[in-house]
Amino acid sequence: MPIRLTRRALDHLLAIAAFALIAMVTLAAHAQTALLNVSYDPTRELYKDINQAFAADWKARTGQAVTVRMSHGGSGKQARSVIDGLDASVVTLALAADIDEIASATKKIPADWQARLPNNASPYTSTIVFVVRKGNPKAVKDWNDLARPDVSVITPNPKTSGGARWNYLAAWGYALETKGGDAKAARDFLTAIFRNVPVLDTGARGSTVTFAQRGLGDVLVAWENEAFLTLEEFGADKYEIVTPSVSILAEPPVSLVDGNVDARGTRKAAQAYLDFLYTQAAQKIIARHYYRPFKPEAADKADLDRLPKIRLFTLASVFGDWTKAQSVHFSDGGEFDRIQQAVAKR
Amino acid sequence: MHEPAPPPPAPDSVLSEPLAVRVALTALAVLFLGLFVLLPLVVVFTEALRPGLAAVRDALADEDAMAAIRLTLLVAAISVPLNAVFGVAAAWAVAKFEFPGKSLLVTLIDLPFSVSPVVSGLVFVLLFGAQGLFGPWLRAHDVEIIFAVPGIVLATVFVTLPFVARELIPLMQEQGMADEEAALTLGAGGLRVFLTVTLPNIRWALLYGVLLCNARAMGEFGAVSVVSGHIRGLTNTMPLHVEILYNEYQFAAAFAVASLLALLALVTLAAKSILEWRYADELNGSRRH
Amino acid sequence: MSAAALVPAAPAGRRRASRRGVLPGFGLTMGLTLFWLSAIVLLPLAALIAKSTGLGPSGFARVLGDPRVLAALRVSFGVSLAAACINAVFGVLVAWVLTRYDFPGRRLLDAAVDLPFAIPTAVAGIALASIYAPNGWIGGLVAPFGAKIAFTPWGILIALVAVGLPFVVRTVQPVIAESDREAEEASATLGASRLRTFRRVLLPPLIPAILTGFALSLARCVGEYGSVIFIAGNLPYVSEILPLLIVVKLEEYDYAGATGLAAIMLAISFGMLLVINLIQAWTRRRTGDA
Repeated sequence: MPIRLTRRALDHLLAIAAFALIAMVTLAAHAQTALLNVSYDPTRELYKDINQAFAADWKARTGQAVTVRMSHGGSGKQARSVIDGLDASVVTLALAADIDEIASATKKIPADWQARLPNNASPYTSTIVFVVRKGNPKAVKDWNDLARPDVSVITPNPKTSGGARWNYLAAWGYALETKGGDAKAARDFLTAIFRNVPVLDTGARGSTVTFAQRGLGDVLVAWENEAFLTLEEFGADKYEIVTPSVSILAEPPVSLVDGNVDARGTRKAAQAYLDFLYTQAAQKIIARHYYRPFKPEAADKADLDRLPKIRLFTLASVFGDWTKAQSVHFSDGGEFDRIQQAVAKR
Repeated sequence: MHEPAPPPPAPDSVLSEPLAVRVALTALAVLFLGLFVLLPLVVVFTEALRPGLAAVRDALADEDAMAAIRLTLLVAAISVPLNAVFGVAAAWAVAKFEFPGKSLLVTLIDLPFSVSPVVSGLVFVLLFGAQGLFGPWLRAHDVEIIFAVPGIVLATVFVTLPFVARELIPLMQEQGMADEEAALTLGAGGLRVFLTVTLPNIRWALLYGVLLCNARAMGEFGAVSVVSGHIRGLTNTMPLHVEILYNEYQFAAAFAVASLLALLALVTLAAKSILEWRYADELNGSRRH
Repeated sequence: MSAAALVPAAPAGRRRASRRGVLPGFGLTMGLTLFWLSAIVLLPLAALIAKSTGLGPSGFARVLGDPRVLAALRVSFGVSLAAACINAVFGVLVAWVLTRYDFPGRRLLDAAVDLPFAIPTAVAGIALASIYAPNGWIGGLVAPFGAKIAFTPWGILIALVAVGLPFVVRTVQPVIAESDREAEEASATLGASRLRTFRRVLLPPLIPAILTGFALSLARCVGEYGSVIFIAGNLPYVSEILPLLIVVKLEEYDYAGATGLAAIMLAISFGMLLVINLIQAWTRRRTGDA
């Protein structure tokens, strides 16, 4: 008999299980010494560099080693994970509404969190631009062109992606400005745009892959930093960036998760991490990754010059605040749902 | 499936189709399998190997990839034995005894097959998440389940629960209990009967069940994705790491890790086929017996 | 897996388990089974159902009345049904070819049938999307004719066919292997054509197995998520599947709505599995009596 599954084999299995259990416990214990930054999708490359710089800085100042672990995903999904217990030391998400949600659902973050750090707790800002195929064959110049029936538009689903919400709000703001401040006109304009959308990916990165790797669509509506990264990763000889006449000032905010850092005793390091984002060193890294730094004077001029000059409006000036924008546009039965219904009806 | 494919009968003019029909049907089946099953596999390997073997090695030697591989093996090492023990126990109870509600029990064992992975992850969040039923208690006692290894193990155990039991139940039902009864009459104890009579009879089916359970445990994506928290280097399993690399536009690396997973699956299936082929006679013997 | 296992065991010519009391271990194994099943399956699912009852009957009605939910139900069930039908036909063909014919590579092909069980769904989804995208190997072939596969409901269909295939093949295969050659021979001797023999003699005993495989494949397809989201366009009302809608509801922090949808899906899965078991019980009784 070649293999005997006998009592000895069972003993071995049990031994493996016991070993695994021990390994699991050590793994969990080990996790407690590090910081965890729960972030949204497009910041992967940025925080890889920031974390390295921060670890070196922290070591130089305190002599202690610190590791910053990363978790990336759609902004809403990440916020939900923190609400459900993901042990984030800091959250660096795509929009304030998601951090508000954590604050109100868990009380782990005080309601006035956005006042605790400079610039509405946004160490960097960004905006929304277009990526088109080289030579701009469909002559896409401004938001107007996205509504043309011959143009195919790639954007993620505003329900699942923070970046897509900024896309949507930027288009809405443009429509209000150019179509006479009328909500109905704006709704019709966005309906025309979403009629041109063949794929609604769940996240910004998924949309970029659909546009660049799968070759779908004539124009990708994306974060400015993602647009530049697309050119870097997929070839500047194949794509180009188009800047619309006006766009939205996207403010991705950061916050300490007080409840978690106090439980772990990592408040000092976590606070230092957030403060570090506002230092010269970090602002330089931020500009290098195509974000718009809060302190442009700290960044390399060459990095800043790459970013186009666009007239930007703020969320506050058009939509009031996130709570309002969220409930009017993205809640169940809100404007976006109505637009989708209109698109489906044709 | 533990059914060893018997050598097909010699073509016989009365009992088989005309050659042309045979060829056409075979070609159609090969085409169908090729399109839906083999081609995706080919894509995974060609995309992984496109930049050369060195790139594959680098992708797998990456610290986070290694952590993902270790975690995946750990999760499989915990969940597969647990489900194997459960599977044997369930099969023994279902196959050797009559009791009311048996169909209901079997349906419940099957249920994880057809529950959407999204839902199977969600249920554990509802139980052990901070807002969940046991959330506050776990928090107070500083026990981490969701977004840590135990949560990943739980989700994996849920998804792979039916595999071993489902492989064993029909075989044990068919084998009946004459052997065991004979051994009992000869004075053997219950455990001894199980180890010396039942276990040898079912060992191949058990092994198949364990192999498939293992393949699924290593490959589960949806449910694990919900409870993992996606912490790089800590709670990322291999399928999640594939997604991360893909989202970082590192397509070659993503396909490299994917091809390692596919390779594990292939080895599993190959091992299963070899066992089937090598021990077909013995297996038939034990079945017929 | 053992979809094969789900085949009603051929009438065992030997003593069936009938009474308790002869063999030991019922209490131990039953206890272990019930404990594990309760801890891993029942408790979590009970939590889900408890949470969804927060919706109340009117909440459930609202969830089910939402046109977007209805559209997702239509897409999920429509495409899964189509995939299960395709699998029922081609699964039988594959099973037939694998058991009845000999050709080079047969063993390899036989092993390949299990691949969809073993390959991570996300990997399968990414691979399928790159094959069937407009610039992919096959998507590129049909693109010049204005046909699109990936990012349409057709893409979902392809992913689901791949996912559900092994269920039918593995359920039908053993039954074909055990089918009665003598009846076939008799039919042929009596002058029936091969096609007629297949329809009248070979097919009828396969039907329960085909139905079981069909239902299993359907149950699995309705819940599938990982491979579908990569290849579906995910457009509301067009190519949005039910599991994705659950995810969307969660993103809206609508836990009640999400668990409500999940509970509905769960009820459907449970119902389908119960039907499978009824089919099996029915066949077992029939073959048992024979």
